[in-house]
Amino acid sequence: MVTAAKVWEALAEVPDPEIPVISLVDLGVVREVEVDGERVRVEFTPTFLGCPAQEVMRLQMAEAVRALGAEPEIDVVLDDSWSTDRITPEGRRKLEESGFAPPHPRTASGPTLVQLDAQAFRCPYCGSNETRLENLFGPTPCRSIRYCQSCRQPFEQFKTI
Amino acid sequence: MSAQAPAEAAVAAVLAFADDELVLGWRDSQWTGVAPFLEEDVAFSSIAQGEIGHARALYELAADVLGGDADALAFDREASEYRCAPFVELPLAGDWAATVARHWLYETADSIRVAALMESDWPELAGLAAKMDREEAYHRMHAEMWAEKLGGDERFAAAVDGLWPYALGVLEPGRRGRLAELAGREEVDAVERGAHEDGFVALHEEMTMVRRSIPGAAW
Repeated sequence: MVTAAKVWEALAEVPDPEIPVISLVDLGVVREVEVDGERVRVEFTPTFLGCPAQEVMRLQMAEAVRALGAEPEIDVVLDDSWSTDRITPEGRRKLEESGFAPPHPRTASGPTLVQLDAQAFRCPYCGSNETRLENLFGPTPCRSIRYCQSCRQPFEQFKTI
Repeated sequence: MSAQAPAEAAVAAVLAFADDELVLGWRDSQWTGVAPFLEEDVAFSSIAQGEIGHARALYELAADVLGGDADALAFDREASEYRCAPFVELPLAGDWAATVARHWLYETADSIRVAALMESDWPELAGLAAKMDREEAYHRMHAEMWAEKLGGDERFAAAVDGLWPYALGVLEPGRRGRLAELAGREEVDAVERGAHEDGFVALHEEMTMVRRSIPGAAW
């Protein structure tokens, strides 16, 4: 018998396709799981609309549900309900351990250049706040590039969304 | 789907918006590999990818009402059926000053359009606009940073002058005054949607090549 708890457990094993240290549940992109007999509906919001990993995420979630012997339905919800604030504390810890600085909390007005230029961003390698913005954009839509002036290590900063 | 079907005009506006984002994303992607320096190559490619992601989401929303899917709306229509503003069609790759001028004017116009759509009574559109706005904040910061950097540059100023009537054409007439205010310029006659620039047919052929070769192709 498939239960919602089992589905959540299975989804917690699905790695993010681009940052495999963190699972889709850690990332907070799974919004809801509904079980109706053999059918399982998963509501999912992609991080960024232009994220090329969306399709892979959907396929992997469907696969994880099928492995439980249920029929998946993955509903994609495109609205503002996912924010980087939804990344779990566990997810943030895993990101930082892997050299990705976790996102700052969301503010109502969104980020500004002045704020991003400020030295309030912590280097995930040495912990220094002496870091500077190198590039607003990085290897994927969700990341910026910063440079640590203390340990001279460039690092990837999760954008706040 | 909304309980009540969205008005035809709202769907047409979503489609026109999607066409803007797709075509601009396509034009911007022409800088990939040849942007002025490596960081900018990464940034501008990411922005192009963001615009195309927005186009996809908007096409999906339109497809909920019109039928078909995002790819069919993006790539299976005739060139004459696209409703993008001539502004986004202009081939500017190779001229960085003009590209930054368009980027800055477009992001400014887009912020006005997205803010209006966040108030839409079509709930899925309002929700999508709110998500887009969060992402566009990064595009806007990038555009503002460059506009400031090139602020005193003659080529940049000339490009803004030349593009201004085109930029106004992105917005409905009632919202153009706000763009003029934000850009610090006078409102003039706009280059309106409807007609296409000469280069659009070639661009359309390039964009639709795969789907014309293999109907229904997905990738």
